[in-house]
Amino acid sequence: MAEMSVSVTVNGSSHAASIEPRKTLGDFLRDDCGLTGTHLGCEHGACGSCTVLLDDKAVRSCLLFAVQANGRDVTTVEGLTRGKGELGIVQQAFMEGHGLQCGFCTPGFIVSVTALLRDNPNPTHDEVAVGLSGNLCRCTGYQGIFKAVEIASRRIRETGDRP
Amino acid sequence: MNSIATSGVPRFVGQSVHRKEDPRLVSGNGTYLDDVKLPNMLHVSFVRSDVARARITRLDVSAARTAKGVHAVFTAADFAPAVKGTLAATMFMEMPIATLRPLADGDVRFAGEAIAMVVADSRYLAEDACELIEVDYEVLTPVVHFEHAAADKVNLVHPERGTNVMSSGGVQHPELEAIFAAAPHVFTETIRQDRQSQVPMEPHGIIVRWKEYDRELHVWSSCQRVHEVRATLCRVLGLGEHSIHVTQRDVGGGFGQKGAMRTEEIATALGAYLMGRTLKWVEDRRENLVSGGHARLDRITVTMAFDDDANILGVRFDHLEDAGAYPASGNIGGMIAMMFSGPYRMQRIGWSSAAVFTNTCGRNAYRGPWNLETVAREQMMDLAARRLGIDPIELRRRNMIHVEDLPFKNAGGATYVGVDPESCFDQALAMLDYDDFRRQQAEALASGRLLGVGVSLFIEPTALGVGTLIGTEAAHVKISLNGHVTVALGTGGHGQSIATTMAQIAADELGVDFADVTVIEGDTDISPIGGGTGGSRSGVIGGAAVHQSASKVRDKVVAIAAHMLEAAPNDLEVAQSRISVRGTPSRGVSFAEVAKLAYVSTAKLPPQTEGGLEAITRYSTPSITWANACHICTVEITPTSEVKLLRYIVSEDCGVMINPMVVEGQISGGVVQGIGAVIHEGFVYDDAGNPLTTTFLDYLIPTTTDIPVLEIGHMETPASGPGGYKGVGEGGAIGAVPAVRNAISDALAQVGSPGITGPVRPCDVHDLRALQV
Repeated sequence: MAEMSVSVTVNGSSHAASIEPRKTLGDFLRDDCGLTGTHLGCEHGACGSCTVLLDDKAVRSCLLFAVQANGRDVTTVEGLTRGKGELGIVQQAFMEGHGLQCGFCTPGFIVSVTALLRDNPNPTHDEVAVGLSGNLCRCTGYQGIFKAVEIASRRIRETGDRP
Repeated sequence: MNSIATSGVPRFVGQSVHRKEDPRLVSGNGTYLDDVKLPNMLHVSFVRSDVARARITRLDVSAARTAKGVHAVFTAADFAPAVKGTLAATMFMEMPIATLRPLADGDVRFAGEAIAMVVADSRYLAEDACELIEVDYEVLTPVVHFEHAAADKVNLVHPERGTNVMSSGGVQHPELEAIFAAAPHVFTETIRQDRQSQVPMEPHGIIVRWKEYDRELHVWSSCQRVHEVRATLCRVLGLGEHSIHVTQRDVGGGFGQKGAMRTEEIATALGAYLMGRTLKWVEDRRENLVSGGHARLDRITVTMAFDDDANILGVRFDHLEDAGAYPASGNIGGMIAMMFSGPYRMQRIGWSSAAVFTNTCGRNAYRGPWNLETVAREQMMDLAARRLGIDPIELRRRNMIHVEDLPFKNAGGATYVGVDPESCFDQALAMLDYDDFRRQQAEALASGRLLGVGVSLFIEPTALGVGTLIGTEAAHVKISLNGHVTVALGTGGHGQSIATTMAQIAADELGVDFADVTVIEGDTDISPIGGGTGGSRSGVIGGAAVHQSASKVRDKVVAIAAHMLEAAPNDLEVAQSRISVRGTPSRGVSFAEVAKLAYVSTAKLPPQTEGGLEAITRYSTPSITWANACHICTVEITPTSEVKLLRYIVSEDCGVMINPMVVEGQISGGVVQGIGAVIHEGFVYDDAGNPLTTTFLDYLIPTTTDIPVLEIGHMETPASGPGGYKGVGEGGAIGAVPAVRNAISDALAQVGSPGITGPVRPCDVHDLRALQV
């Protein structure tokens, strides 16, 4: 298959490569950008593990081709840290709320929760449930995830920081 | 376990300390199997059978062999000369399960069985080449429905076996027939579970690197047991254990599915060994759903006799399980018999059990593989209560075992100690306010709403495996030169927080800070030989080993410190990495100072003291560690037959809790899997054996919108082993299924329905509505 050149800004850094147009954004992030925090749990758009922000909107990177992200801005779970080992608000809240066990679905949840709280910093339980119903977790029974969202939401309100 | 200079009250055990695993996992810096990239690594993809049962009349891989980026294509014939021993898991080698094969050879026995293996530069190219492989089949009539498998003498899943019955057994009870004939109340019901899949969010995967000049096979595996992977590959490849190094890093769930090696993983290893290359196979979701392992497809017919006071007089059950084509486990009937009586006096049991082969994906372990005993018993208790006209709580009370009855030998031959079912029962009922719920239920019915409550009680055999590899674990505890601690274990955590909980134990036992302890698991070069993680064993058996080894190291630290301080060991105390004279804290030495003597200035050590500050001890569990719990669920059945969970309550007794946050996480995860088993999950084949639920749009697992906020209460009856811990990994998934089913049946009973005896998935809603009228 003929290759195409693609250039994507990922977590603030520019990544350019020549790739087959059939390559998914998820594979591009993992293989070409070396960002393995984005996980592929189903590759058919159902589990949400591969969720990333594309121009600040939560999308499934397994359902997008990398070439569709050409010239656009992608944020992955790695880009949500504060750097130097310091966790972002949502990441810290997942740790405190025991929002993860095996951790495989976690990057997708953290990105989805980030998008959710940017839109609605003070969601109700039902709004959280609906907002996260497109992300599957098999370990936690979601209890710790609800707790984590509550912690993150409170901290955002208290500090005024953007998640 | 107590030795000199105990540090007194635990600082870390019992606390919900944050997990050591989390910073890397929440920041996207974990190392799951597919994150590992080795130089010159090639990628594997499999061609799989489209049909359930057929002879392969033609297999043409020639076009694939010359396709772009392809390095090799393997068929069964290519692997045959390299296979030196059985592919079966160690635990099941002696059992009469099916003979596993790395690739289908001449015929296929379930839809999804791997037929050919392509090795290429990338997964994309490997999958392209798979499309070029041509397979012709002579399709045969498959055995799809397990109820008919045993009687089918013509269509055989494994023709060389001569029967579709994998194994059968049972025990007759001489008094039962007379009891059933004379008892005033005898009830019979058939209860079933549907086929499920464990669904770890990270599918299986393996990387195998053959290092020709080291004569070493280095394996990276998404597994639960590195030592099992090594043992299996030793047998298959005919290599010595010293020639195989297995590394497990972050693993995205297993729930039993990753306890034994997949045949595709073994095929990948064979390919790497034959090619002298590094191969990676990462399963995709469809592959995981159709061939990764299934579980739970069971049917049990139970007859129970009661006297006029609702005391259980006797029980008989006949159990049938679907083993699929290539099961990774044996018949679970014996375990069901051992546990069927649960927390009740049920002293006469007769039973039979059979496991049958079908042309479907093989059965393997899933979180509480024997759970049907609780599913069936607790539904029978409710059914009997309804028919006897007494409250299900009262029926359970009349038959329950009390703490004063312990040790109690149950009808299955197991002896319970250290359990307290009644306390969990009372706590859970109080959390609900049972009487108040019954009032609400009556009021709701008056206004046309159907509410129901379901209870389940169980006793759980955790940390099984007395006398086997899974009954033992060793811990290597080492204090380094700067006084920091590493603990190496043969466990294989994949979400269970073992790196955290074992560090809590070691920190307390040694008297150091939690932050100063690192736990290493899942590496055959570092981890002592052990049973990995599964079977609710790691906390109990691994934890006991950590206690033992840490205690031994601490004794040595104290002995050296006593020599340095010219004090008697009994006068010393250890806290926060410092050993000091009790009452005179200024007179003390640090762990680092002791370590310096132990490793460097060894001439200054006390006489006859060996250098070094480390210990490996092995703990072998002398018995099953019993845990118990009570689950209560309340539901509403809407006019459109939707099942809505209102409240879910658990009272759990897992002994001493190492980390309550982790305990509640384990319970919650298990409960939601159990809820899924009732209202969502079911793996479906059509009559030709074609898998129909091959995506997450068809095989539904619970999401955030399906579940209530769980309410969890704790009782802490210590176990007799070191630390007093009991297992807690599986119970949630065992107790939830009957609690939810009983709640649904309780609601339906108000409109004269006999209730449900199996799952009620969205596709069963129509049936549920029929039951209501």
